[in-house]
Formats: sequence, C-alpha cells, structure tokens
Amino acid sequence: MIDRLKKAPFIMVTAFSYFIIYFPIFVIVLLSVNASPSGQTFTEFSFVWYKEIFLNERLLTAIFNTLLVAVISTAVATVVGTLTAIGINSLTKTYRIRFMILNNVPVINPDIVTGLSLMLVFSLLPISFGMPTMLLAHIFFSIPFVVLTVLPKLKELDPNLMDAALDLGCNYFEGVVKVIIPSIKTAIIAGALIAFTMSIDDFVISYFTTGNGFQNVSIWIYSRLGRRTFSPAVYAYNTLVVFLTIGVLGYINVNNIIRVKRRSEK
Amino acid sequence: MDKVLVELKNIKKSYDDTEVIHNLSLYIKENEFLTLLGPSGCGKTTLLRIIGGFETHDDGQVIFDGQDMKDTPAYQREINTVFQNYALFPHLNVFDNVAFGLRIKKLDKDTIDTKVKNALRLVKLEGYEQRPVSKMSGGQQQRVAIARAIVNEPKLLLLDEPLGSLDLKLRQDMQYELKEMQESLGISFIFVTHDQEEALTMSDTVVVMKDGVIQQIGRPEDIYNEPKNRFTASFIGESNIVEGVMKEDYLVHFEGLDFTCVDKGFAKNEPIDIVIRPEDIVLAAPADDRINGVVDDIIFKGVHYEIIVLVNGREYIIHSTDPVNVGDEVSLNFDPDEIHVMKRTDEASS
Ligand SMILES: Nc1ncnc2c1ncn2[C@@H]1O[C@H](COP(=O)(O)OP(=O)(O)OP(=O)(O)O)[C@@H](O)[C@H]1O
Ligand SMILES: [Mg+2]
Repeated sequence: MIDRLKKAPFIMVTAFSYFIIYFPIFVIVLLSVNASPSGQTFTEFSFVWYKEIFLNERLLTAIFNTLLVAVISTAVATVVGTLTAIGINSLTKTYRIRFMILNNVPVINPDIVTGLSLMLVFSLLPISFGMPTMLLAHIFFSIPFVVLTVLPKLKELDPNLMDAALDLGCNYFEGVVKVIIPSIKTAIIAGALIAFTMSIDDFVISYFTTGNGFQNVSIWIYSRLGRRTFSPAVYAYNTLVVFLTIGVLGYINVNNIIRVKRRSEK
Repeated sequence: MDKVLVELKNIKKSYDDTEVIHNLSLYIKENEFLTLLGPSGCGKTTLLRIIGGFETHDDGQVIFDGQDMKDTPAYQREINTVFQNYALFPHLNVFDNVAFGLRIKKLDKDTIDTKVKNALRLVKLEGYEQRPVSKMSGGQQQRVAIARAIVNEPKLLLLDEPLGSLDLKLRQDMQYELKEMQESLGISFIFVTHDQEEALTMSDTVVVMKDGVIQQIGRPEDIYNEPKNRFTASFIGESNIVEGVMKEDYLVHFEGLDFTCVDKGFAKNEPIDIVIRPEDIVLAAPADDRINGVVDDIIFKGVHYEIIVLVNGREYIIHSTDPVNVGDEVSLNFDPDEIHVMKRTDEASS
C-alpha cells in the first residue's frame, strides 16, 4: 500500500506525458471527422474530408510525390548504404572507426545545415531544382541511416563467412550476393524502413532542395497554412498516416509474439 | 601416399612490419594427415589461410599439385576449409549449406541430392537436412562444416581447430571419426590444433611451430620420443629437461654423474639438453652411482601416480603405478636409450 503511494507521483508523470504526446493526435483525428471547414468548432461528424483527399488534386499530387521520392530514395539508399556498410566492415579496425565517424556526422547534423548545404551544392550543378534535386537530397540523407542499421549486423557475422563463400567456389561478388546479403537481410529491411520513414517525414531538407513547384505533402501543407485554400483533408490524410503507423507497428508486434511463441513451443 | 601434394617454399608473411611466418618450408604428401601444432599466436591460422588462398604471402611459393598458386584465387583452388568457428551460412538450412559449393559449380539437381545425402551420411547427420543451422548443437554444426567441405571432393582439406569448442567426450569421438573419414576418403588433411594429445593421436605427421618457425617435423612417435629441442620436448607431453654436457659419443654427464646413452655426433664437451620422460624413470632405493633425491609430492592421476622428486633443488616428475611416501629417499633409474640428448638452443640458456 505504502509502495503504491510512493509510486503514485511517477505514475502520474507517466500518465501526463502520454496525455501530452497523444492529445495532439487525438485533436487531429477529431478535426478530420469534423464537418466544419474552419476547424474552430465541432459541428457535425462526417467523413467528407476523407473523400476530399481523393478530390483535391493538389493534395493527391503531393501525396504521390512524397511516395515517389520515398520509394526511389529508399531503394537507392538501401543498395548504396548496404554496399557501403559491407565496404566499411571489410576495412581494418582503425579505418573502420574513422569511416563510422564520417558516417555519423550527417546523421547528427541538423537538417537545416544539411538542407542549406545541399541547396548550395545543387545550385552549383547544372540541374534545375525540383524532383531530381529533392530525390538526390533524400538519397543523401538516408544512406547513413542504412549504414548505421546494417553495420552492427555485419559485425555480428562470423568473420570467416566471406572466406567460406570463396572457399566453396564463389568469387568475391557472388560471395556478397549469395552469402553476405542474405545473412544480413533483416538489418537491410530495417534500414530500408528507416530510410522510408525518414523520407516521408522530411520537411526541412525537402523545402531547401525542391523547386519549380514540386511539392511533397509536408511542403504542400506548409504552403497552405492559414490560407483560404487550406483544406481539412490534410487532417484526414494525417489521421490515415497515424492509423497506418499503428497498423504497421501492430502487425510487427503480433508477428514477433507469434514467432516467440512458436520458438518456445519447440 | 608418396606423391607430394603441396609444397611450401620459403614462405614469409608480415603484418604491419611484424614477421609472423619466417622463411617456412614444408610439404604434404597425398593422403597424408598432417597436423600443425603450436601455441596460440604462432601462426598456424595464418599458414592455413596462405595455403587456402585467403591471405597473400610476402615471399616464397605455394606449390599445389605441381603448380605455383601465386595467381590462383581461393575459389579456384581444389582445397576446402573447415573454419575455426565453422562459418556456416546462417540463412540456409543444413542441406543448403552442404549443397552450396555444388550449386556454385552448377551441378544438376539429382547429382547434388545424391552427393549431399552421401556427405551427410558420412558425418552422421541424415534426417537433419531441413534444420536451420542455428538450431544445431556445436558438435552438429562442426559436422555440417565438414560435410560442406568434403562434399566438393577436394584434394586437400584444411581444418582450423575444428574440435576446439567441443567437450572432451565429443572431442575424442570426433577425433576418431575424422581420422577414419580421412582414411576412407583418401584425401590429405592439414589439421591445426594447439592440443598436443590431439596432434599425436590423429596425425601421420606432426609439425611443431613456434613464433612462425617450424621446430620439428616428424611422425608422432618421433616427435614424442626424440624431441629436437627444449621447446618441442616441453610442449609435447610432460618431461624432465636437464642441462648437461656431452663428454664424448655415447657418454653424457649431468647431475654430477656420467651416464652411457645412445646419442652421438656432438662435439667433445658440448653443452646439451637432456630429456627424460616421466614414465621412463623408475624409483628405487638410493645408490651411489645413481641420481638420488627426496620425494616431495605425490598426486594421484587415475591411471598412475605423479611423483615429484627433489634432486639438488630441481624437480623431477615421475609417473609410476607404485605409490611411495613423501619424504622417502629414492634414486632415479633409467636405461641408456631413455636418455634423450638434444642440441642446446638459444632459448635454453635464457
Ligand atoms: N589480420 C591480422 N592483422 C595483424 N596481425 C595478425 C593478423 N592475423 C594474425 N595476426 C598476428 O599474427 C600472429 C599469428 O596469428 P595466427 O592467427 O596465425 O595464430 P594461431 O597460431 O592461429 O593462433 P591461435 O591458436 O590463437 O588461433 C599473431 O601474432 C597475430 O596477432
Ligand atoms: Mg588460429
């Protein structure tokens, strides 16, 4: 009883922080089903804004752009990042540590610095701002995250794995494709997921590196804020993203539980 | 058994300016079981990796089946390896691990099936085909690693301390099975270990190494009975090593006494080292023309007693089935052919 009393303040803090974290999400969900376009008062329950997502051409384009950039940048960053990690892992220890530090600088660097510097670099190149520049930027900032996820898994592998592949007749390239990559598959998928989320998530770097009217969702929302053309369909879109995230997390958790159960049954 | 399969000529290898293999030469014949034996860090793995093609040597030649292997990458050598921690492919099951090399060679499915089945039968792992390798025990993983190597029918199998992580019983079983396998397959084995007993039981030839230098090459009996120097003598089994002087052929002087022996060919009064194995010494009552001492300690070792006798402050180890008492005065008795005289190496004086 006394114990429980002692714990009470901590439990209250926990409850409060969860409230703070989830309250805004709740507000967005609420507004997404509010029929009133102003969002000041809750008038009537309605799914009209969900329909609006598919009717608002600009928003649809922005969603499409976001996904397009995310898919391509994830694919490229995963391949390049994985190969980079394999390269770093094959170096001697001192060089490996140096490359890891180099890899971590862009990860820690504030987005504003990354965005600004990429913008400067792109402006020196003979390419016009827009989809290609934003895509390049996303590839650029995703690679270190893939490296960061894949490298620890590589370190876990038996150091003779590559030699074993060579021993059995693979050349170096076959060894990478047939042995190393399949052995680190889970880490590669995790890296790809992180890259994908980072890309979907990004506003600052995208804002600096886009141009010619190419907008992803975050830029589109930013450009609409406070204007008459702002549409609560944005709330609906965000609510969908929230539920998608919950769905994915739930799926992964359930899968894990099933796997753990199966393992313990054996 | 007489054709030379691999010849190493004056191999040198350095890592960051430290030479770890010094001018090493060695050959292995067809169908021979050769063991590289030496303490940790003496360069066994490095030498094995040079033969396998996973490491380049700085100088010298590796000649395999009459050909210089200088420009032959690992994947083109008719050599397979069982690695120190097996290095099984974690994403594949037992069957796919074993079939890996055959699939790379693009053999047809039926041939692969038959060969993998045979290899798994040889290592007694039938019925485990579909198991993920991560679900296998250490001993089973080791067999998968052996099957994965021998299924390719190499001319030479390299094994880097394959029994290192097994418990004693399993280790002894596997020693026997490996030896049997080598004989029935008729291929050469280069086996690395730092366990002298393992080396002596399994090998046709033992190569004793220290600090990247071969100390002695020979049949297990010869290595045991006639160690060439102090290092080999102390590394292979327990032994009593004493400094002495070779007075003339067949006459050696140590512990203040002259003994006849069977060795010759040393300079007159050359300082030498003498080895007498613990099981070759018989204890008897003190006598004037014998080395006399006092029993200092007795340890029961199961089959025999290990008796420590103090002679002029020096400990002698004696293995005997007859118990004595601590404090007993005894003499050490041995036959002339049980005194083994070795050339004094630099190490002996240090
Ligand atoms: N990649 C490397 N870089 C630097 N030094 C190395 C490397 N590999 C081995 N060495 C050094 O070379 C020497 C011989 O190593 P090696 O692995 O061949 O010994 P070993 O006889 O196999 O030992 P163990 O019984 O412990 O496996 C050691 O001093 C080791 O530190
Ligand atoms: Mg080793």
